[in-house]
Amino acid sequence: MSETVGLWNYWAVIALMMIGLYIVMARDNLVKKMMGLSIFQVAAIMFYVSMGKVTGGTAPILPPGPDHTVLYDPAILYSNPLPHVLMLTAIVVGVATTALGLSIVVRIYEAYGTVEEDEIVVLDGEQP
Amino acid sequence: MTEHLPVLQVALPLVAAPLCVLLRNRHAARGLAVLVSWLALAIACTLLSQVQDVGVISYKLGGWAPPLGIEYRIDLLNAYVLVLVASIGAVVFPFGFGTPEQGLREGQQHLYYAALLLCLCGLLGITITGDAFNVFVFLEIASLSSYTLISLGRSRRALTAGFSYLILGSIGGTFILLGIGMLYMMTGSLNIADMAEQLPLVSGTRTVWMAFAFMVIGTSIKLAVFPLHQWLPNAYSYAPGVVSAFLSATATKVSYYVLARIIFTLFGAAFVFETMGLQRLLMPLSVLAMFLGSAAAIYQRDLKRLLAYSSIAQIGYMTLGLSFANVSGLTGGIAHLFNHALMKGGLFLVVAGIVYRIGSSKIEDMRGIGRSMPLTLAAFVIGGLSLIGVPGTVGFISKWYLVLAALEAGSMLIAFMILASSLLAVVYVWRVVEVLYFPAEQDPSSELKDPPWSMLIPSFLLIGATIWFGLQTDLTAGVAGDAARMLLEVAE
Repeated sequence: MSETVGLWNYWAVIALMMIGLYIVMARDNLVKKMMGLSIFQVAAIMFYVSMGKVTGGTAPILPPGPDHTVLYDPAILYSNPLPHVLMLTAIVVGVATTALGLSIVVRIYEAYGTVEEDEIVVLDGEQP
Repeated sequence: MTEHLPVLQVALPLVAAPLCVLLRNRHAARGLAVLVSWLALAIACTLLSQVQDVGVISYKLGGWAPPLGIEYRIDLLNAYVLVLVASIGAVVFPFGFGTPEQGLREGQQHLYYAALLLCLCGLLGITITGDAFNVFVFLEIASLSSYTLISLGRSRRALTAGFSYLILGSIGGTFILLGIGMLYMMTGSLNIADMAEQLPLVSGTRTVWMAFAFMVIGTSIKLAVFPLHQWLPNAYSYAPGVVSAFLSATATKVSYYVLARIIFTLFGAAFVFETMGLQRLLMPLSVLAMFLGSAAAIYQRDLKRLLAYSSIAQIGYMTLGLSFANVSGLTGGIAHLFNHALMKGGLFLVVAGIVYRIGSSKIEDMRGIGRSMPLTLAAFVIGGLSLIGVPGTVGFISKWYLVLAALEAGSMLIAFMILASSLLAVVYVWRVVEVLYFPAEQDPSSELKDPPWSMLIPSFLLIGATIWFGLQTDLTAGVAGDAARMLLEVAE
C-alpha cells in the first residue's frame, strides 16, 4: 500500500513517460511525435523536481540579514535546491531539442509536402 | 597557462562556434574552425603526455573543489580518447579546403562550421569531464549539433534520417539523465569518482540497478549497439560526406568511452559482470552485430550505406572486447576504438572525394573509376584491408587482442567467430574493389581524375595512419593496454 500511495510522484512520472513514449512510437504525424518526445522529457524533469523535495521542507531561500549577509537557521528544514537547478539546464536542452526537431519537420514538409511518416515512406519508395 | 589546458580544450571550440556565426563569411569561418581544431589537437597531445608523466590531472572548474564543484578529470583513458577526437577533427575540418562545401545552401556555410565546432566541443567535453551531469550536458551539445549536421545532407532523406536520429538520440539522452538522477538519489553526489566510492554501500538496492539499466541502455543507443542501431545506417548514408567521416570516427567512439567509464569506473567490474551479468547480454549481441552488420553490408548498393553497416559490425568488435572484462579484451576494445576511427574516418573521406568527382555514392555508378582515380582506389584498398584485419594494418592489432582475449576466456567458439566474421568483411570490401577496378565497359572519353589534393591529403593522412599504427603499436595497443589495466585495476 505504502509503495503505491507514498511513492505517487514516481507513478506519475512513469505514467507521463509511458504516455510520451507511446505517442512517439504510435503516431505517424511527426509534429505529434515531437510533442510525445517533449512529454517524455518532461517526465524526467518532474522526476528530478520531485526528488529534491524534502518532506516538510520549505523553499531553499535564506532570508536576508543585516549588511548584505544571509541568516542561516539550522532549525529550518529546506528542500534540496540542486536537482531543481540541474533541471534548468535540462529544460533548456528540452526546448532546444523541440525547436530543432520542429524546424527539421518544417524542412521535411517543404521537401515532401507532408509530415505523415507513412506517406513519407511511400514517397521515399517511389523516388530513391 | 598549462594548468588551464583542460578547460581550454573545451572552451576554445565552444567560443569559436558563435564567432563563426558572427563572422558570416565561409572562408573566415572555415579558417577559424581549422585553426581551432589544430589547437585542440595540440592541447590534447600535451594533456596525454602530461598524464603519461605525472598521472591523473584533476582540474577544478572555477576553483570549486570537487565533489561540490565540477571537476575535469583526465586519466590515461580519456586523454587517449581526447587525442583521437581532436586528431580526427584536425584532419577532417580542412578536408576539401578551397572547394565548395558539398550540399550546402549558399550563405549557410558559416553556420555549418559553427555546428561542427559545437559538435567537437561536446565530444571533447563528454570525454574530459569527471562530473556525471556535465556528461549529460555535453552529450546533448554534441547530439543536437550532430542532428543538425546530418540533416544538412543533399538528399531530402537526410532530413528524415536526422529526425529519426533526433528521436532516438533524445530518448537515449533522457535515459542517461534518469540514470544519473537515480544515482544522485542514492549517493548525493554528481562527481563520478565520488559516486564510485559510495556506490558499493548501496549497490544492493533496486534504484541502483535501475540506474545501471537506464545508463547502459541510454549509452547503447548512442553507441548503436545491435539492436539499437536503427538510426545509424540512414544517418551516415545521407549526411554530408565530411560529417559522415567526422561522426563515424568520433561520436560512437566517445559513446564507447562513456560506456566503459560507466561500467568500470562508476559501477565497477565486479558489480557489472558478477551481480548484473552484463556480459551474458552484451557478448551475444556483439557477436550478432559482427555477423549481421557485415552481412547487411554485403547487400548494400550505396557505398556510404555499406560503410555504415560495416560500422555496426565494428562496434560489435569493440563491445565484444568490453564484455570479456579481461585485460586483453579491453585492450582490444580500446585499441579498436582508435583503429576503427582511423579507418572508417579515412574511408568516408575517400568516399566523399569520389562523390565530389562523380556526384553519387551508388556503387553501380563507380564502375571502373579506379582506373582514372588510382590514388583514391589505393586509399580505399588500404582502408578496406584494415577493415578486414590484414597483418600490417591497425585492424590486425585489435583483432589479435580480441582473439587473444577469447582464448584467455576459454572460448574457442568466440575466437572462431571473430575470424569468421572477418571473412564477411573480405566479401564486402572485395565487392567494392571489384567494381572500382574492373570496369564493364571503359568510357575512353571520361575525364575523371582523382579529387583535388585538399581532399586527398586528409584521406591519406588517416589511411596512412592505419598502416603506421599497424606497425608502430606504442600509441594504440600500448596506451590502450595501460588504460585497460587502469580500468580493471590490475598491476602490470
